[in-house]
Amino acid sequence: MADISPYTEARPSQAGKIALRWGLYLLLGLFAIFYLMPLFVMVMTSLKSLDEIRTGDLISLPREVTFDAWRTAWSGACTGIQCEGMRPYFWNSMLIAIPGVAISTLLGAMNGYVISQWNFRGANIIFSLMLFGCFIPFQVVLLPMARMLGMMGIAGTIPGLIFVHVIYGLGFTTLFFRNYYVSIPSELTKAAKVDGAGFFRIFWSIFLPLSIPIIVVTVIWQFTQIWNDFLFGVSFSQAGTQPVTVALNNIVNSTTGVKEYNVDMAAAIIAALPTLLVYVVAGKYFVRGLTAGSVKG
Amino acid sequence: MSPILEINNLFKSYGSTEILKDINVSIEEGDFLVLVGPSGCGKSTLLNCIAGLEPISGGALSIGGRDMTTVSPKDRDIAMVFQSYALYPTMTVAKNITFGMKVRGVDAATQAEKLAYVAQQLQIEPLLKRKPGQLSGGQRQRVAMGRALVRDPKLFLFDEPLSNLDAKLRVEMRTELKALHQRLGASMVYVTHDQIEAMTLATKIVVMKGGVIQQIGTPSEIYNRPANLFVADFMGSPAMNLIPAKTRSSDAGTHIEIARENDAPIVLSDSKNRDLPQDVILGVRPEDIADAAKLAGGEAQGAECLIDIVEPAGADTFAVMQLGGKHVTARLHSETTAAAGLPQKLTFDLGKASYFSPDTGLRLN
Amino acid sequence: MIKWLEDNTPKMVLAPSFIAVLIFVYGFIAWTAWVSLTRSRLLPKYEIEGFIQYDRLFASPRWDTAFTNLFIFGILFIVIAMILGLLLAILLDQNIRTEGALRTIYLYPMALSMIVTGTAWKWILNPGLGLEATVRGWGYENFTFDWLVNPDMAIYTIVIAAIWQSSGFVMALFLAGLRSVDGEIIKAAQVDGIPTWRVYTAIIIPSMAPIFLSAFIVLSHLAIKSFDLVIALTGGGPGYATDLPATYMYAMAFSRGDIGQAASSAMIMMMVVFTIVVPYLYSELRSKDG
Repeated sequence: MADISPYTEARPSQAGKIALRWGLYLLLGLFAIFYLMPLFVMVMTSLKSLDEIRTGDLISLPREVTFDAWRTAWSGACTGIQCEGMRPYFWNSMLIAIPGVAISTLLGAMNGYVISQWNFRGANIIFSLMLFGCFIPFQVVLLPMARMLGMMGIAGTIPGLIFVHVIYGLGFTTLFFRNYYVSIPSELTKAAKVDGAGFFRIFWSIFLPLSIPIIVVTVIWQFTQIWNDFLFGVSFSQAGTQPVTVALNNIVNSTTGVKEYNVDMAAAIIAALPTLLVYVVAGKYFVRGLTAGSVKG
Repeated sequence: MSPILEINNLFKSYGSTEILKDINVSIEEGDFLVLVGPSGCGKSTLLNCIAGLEPISGGALSIGGRDMTTVSPKDRDIAMVFQSYALYPTMTVAKNITFGMKVRGVDAATQAEKLAYVAQQLQIEPLLKRKPGQLSGGQRQRVAMGRALVRDPKLFLFDEPLSNLDAKLRVEMRTELKALHQRLGASMVYVTHDQIEAMTLATKIVVMKGGVIQQIGTPSEIYNRPANLFVADFMGSPAMNLIPAKTRSSDAGTHIEIARENDAPIVLSDSKNRDLPQDVILGVRPEDIADAAKLAGGEAQGAECLIDIVEPAGADTFAVMQLGGKHVTARLHSETTAAAGLPQKLTFDLGKASYFSPDTGLRLN
Repeated sequence: MIKWLEDNTPKMVLAPSFIAVLIFVYGFIAWTAWVSLTRSRLLPKYEIEGFIQYDRLFASPRWDTAFTNLFIFGILFIVIAMILGLLLAILLDQNIRTEGALRTIYLYPMALSMIVTGTAWKWILNPGLGLEATVRGWGYENFTFDWLVNPDMAIYTIVIAAIWQSSGFVMALFLAGLRSVDGEIIKAAQVDGIPTWRVYTAIIIPSMAPIFLSAFIVLSHLAIKSFDLVIALTGGGPGYATDLPATYMYAMAFSRGDIGQAASSAMIMMMVVFTIVVPYLYSELRSKDG
């Protein structure tokens, strides 16, 4: 009787299932190694001395851990003729990113609020035009923007870079807030109007308190965009106002002296640290921004 | 006394589409006006126009004798309750109710006093510190009412306030709303697509369709003397039976002949209504068709009809038959002997019958 | 007056952004388009001369390389990143206990600057001390991996680095898509006894067509704009073997002082983006309004 029980037939497939499961985890693990490997190599290289690096093993652990490369990268590495390390440029990036994020987020929130809740004739066309601005290759505005910044007297300055980032970030921040506010019933605005509140009062008392999640998404998105930007940084900065990505590229590609791979790697990690930190702390919001920016855009 | 709300020749259009056409309504203080109609009939748009949330394209609108054409919602002395309640999600119940006063700069002591009064009236004192997300549908509804009540406005506006509640709660709140109206003696404009709500609450009903007012009247006028086929069909549940018929005049009155499939026509006579055209549509409420056994006097006349379907509904039993090519419903007593597939002797009371023109759909009598 | 202010506040709030977009996006595009039709060199000139810049562009072997590279890079990058992203998403969708951690690992490169990615891969792929030397150090003396310095192969190093950076993002998109498929449909399929792989191929993946489209749009957009990665990884070299339109444009604009060429190459990039993005945006906006 036992021979014809359904379990005998299930048994091999049960074993197969377990094997499949192991295979699955193995595959996932291999992919994890692929994604982690460069980071691992960077960290290991940055902790080795140049002599050890020259023996040529990327993935071995350092025989002797040294933080010299980090020290040099932070405050002594040469970007062309200056040798101040990443430090001044790190602060430049902060000085660009913080106001850039704040202004573009605030404007995006106001724009999204107007477009979604105070729909007037033409508002949707304006929104489409702004949305389209997200998709242009920035090369097409590089030349006139360089001239415009010159005319405005902010060429090569940090305010100039903030200005550029705000302008070209507006499309996305507006999109984020518009899509968030569009799901808030228009009756809320109507109720507040009947209650006697005006445009700014409704925004301040009702919409802003509702917006914490989308503010986090937008801030993270904009911060990552601005911090990681290279094109605007390299096009519109000059010695002394360059952002961290430009400085990193200069350190790595500076032709003077010995190539210090450990310093390059330390500098790269320094440049990556703020956005990595944001990703680790608020990954959920980071992903939401990425998918919102692409699926809905 | 001037009307509390007066609307003259109001038009509203979006681009080239006309949403409201030549609307004329006025109500006195203490009236409960219900705007009723199927979705898309313009009733909510009309309410938004009254509130000032939508500009009007033509005509005049005044509240309390003051022209409102260019007045903002906040200066119209109105309060409004919305279908979704539109409670401010980040504010507590107390803040929701006092927000309007706060915006208007009412001092804190007055705010607290009015809040306490309204909370007591609506029995929501235990909820004051909660956020809307923590409330049930019925509680939210009360808070939304509280937000309106605390304003003590000239005119209350309600936009389908009960339609998001479940059936039982809806009936309870309907009763409570009616009691509130009677207690406050306030003037109200109420939008609904539910004709029962309209009948039970209103002192005055406006039936709308396609942006045009079909009929204005008291609930009993609307129910008993519908102005056209649309109103006859829309108001009342089950709907009024609308049966194509032929008429023949004689000295005794009018003979009304209703054709039947596979059977002799039913001939009824109406002594009140004369000079009807030859082709009419006869409107008879289901309750005016009864079991012959239960015959009451009046103009009731009998006929034997083949019953197709019997639907017991507790207090009543509905019997459906084919007359004049239409399904006709009779509201019978629950103890009726009517059975599907069998003939039943029924009586027709034409005392409250309506006659409509098949061409124009307008009432003839 | 107060009434007017009240009615027009929303418009006035939106106006500055709108004007900024009009000038800095559309005005600037028009400017670039105009200049691309002139003989501008170091300084812009404004006399229209027809399509001479485009003639020069298409006659330039460097542009030819850059444009060909765009298609090699673009197609490989998009196809592989999509396949890899979909594969990872499906693998992760099998009730994996460590899903959260794995997802974090697969996606973190997206948080990095392309410059950082380029720097890291440049180090890994450099033949002298990187991967090649490491593997030789393990005893495989003949192992060669010199793509980075091989003009015929260097473009593929950019493909590798770009996939490493962006495939996790594609995974996140697809995973969200897999999770949004109506659970009842899947249950119904399981009740009908349809095997898991058939459920994927016949039900789930076809229903994710919009996600494929979004992923395609985003990836192609990334491919066309790719600039930082090339600069950091190969600098466009060896020679100009790994030039892309973006680096070509930059070189013309800022190091060669040839504004006319820069403008015309930017316009070509713009048109490539247009042909991909405009139909997509149009359908998106239409479906939203409808």
